[in-house]
Amino acid sequence: MKIEVLGSGCSKCKRLFANVEQAIKDSNITVGVIKVEDLDAIIERGVMLTPALFINGKSCQRYFR
Amino acid sequence: MQDYLQSFADWITYTVLGLVRESPLGSSVNFFIYDSIKVTLMLAVIVFCVAIIRTFITPQKVKRWVAGRTEGVGNIIAAMLGIPTPFCSCSAVPLFIGFVESGVPLGITFSFLIASPLINEVAASMLFAMFGWQIALIYIVSGLIIAITAGIVIGRLHLENEVEEFVYKVKLHDLKEKSMTWNDRLIFAKNESRDITLKVLPYILIGIAIGAVIHGYAPADFLVNIAGKNNPLAVPIAVLIGIPLYSNAAGMIPIMEVLTSKGMAMGTALAFMMAVIGLSLPEMIILRKVIKLKLLIIFVGILFLAITLTGYLFNIILG
Repeated sequence: MKIEVLGSGCSKCKRLFANVEQAIKDSNITVGVIKVEDLDAIIERGVMLTPALFINGKSCQRYFR
Repeated sequence: MQDYLQSFADWITYTVLGLVRESPLGSSVNFFIYDSIKVTLMLAVIVFCVAIIRTFITPQKVKRWVAGRTEGVGNIIAAMLGIPTPFCSCSAVPLFIGFVESGVPLGITFSFLIASPLINEVAASMLFAMFGWQIALIYIVSGLIIAITAGIVIGRLHLENEVEEFVYKVKLHDLKEKSMTWNDRLIFAKNESRDITLKVLPYILIGIAIGAVIHGYAPADFLVNIAGKNNPLAVPIAVLIGIPLYSNAAGMIPIMEVLTSKGMAMGTALAFMMAVIGLSLPEMIILRKVIKLKLLIIFVGILFLAITLTGYLFNIILG
């Protein structure tokens, strides 16, 4: 499984990253979380709102927040 | 409900704490208890409702709803969609690129970019709680008019060349959207309401505490000469000070309530608040990545003018 958090480093991005790490810990699986902070890479994904969460290359984003 | 709340605040202040009625300390403490409970409750409820609405709106949908619209209609839709959908300033660039890339006209893109931070549910619910629904409505309507007209003006100026070239070269692939159940929506809204209320609570309490002190101690006409209706320069100066400031509405509105009660004109106070939340230095720096300096200056200039005019207008209407 590949988990990525996309965001250029604002407080919401950091919070999402921390939440994802916590969720992984809670569910007792071993998987790393990749931080994607480069704006070009984020835009290339078609992401319009950061932070965004990608699992196995698929967006899990649902709404504005 | 307000009567119960006032009785409760009175009971805490004068019976439990044993403070003297009509004393500066008693009136400050009473004001603090009443206001903080009222604002917090209202905020939690309104944020919950807006969050439900937000679960129906994704950036992809916004893009689809405004793409291909003509000037006017497109600006109105974009500005209205900006009300329930805040974005943090680091999303300004991807949103801007996403809009431009899918053929949304520049003016309509700006209507959304202006309305989104300028009109938000935290500010609206706090104005509602502290100043009444009329002022909250005035805030929303004038924010909409600013976003719509500023977008139309920017569209008419034909500044497409003032967008950084790389923006037009980006090709995005569309993201698939997940559907949500009502249960998902309610959970999202509950979490949003809790998160946002808890996040802004310290600002509200500090703001109300500062306000309470001024409320109890400063003379009533303290600000009339500096920021009252008769000082014509008060509005533009307030807006100029407000634009670079980066703060949330939560801490400002309680102070605004007190400033107006001490003689600051309501239009001036509203204009100051709009300048603070509608524009900020970090947002400008981020937008500079996708638009050239000239367009950035025009954008800030138009907003300055629009907010200042709104301030004058309300000083006349409400005065």
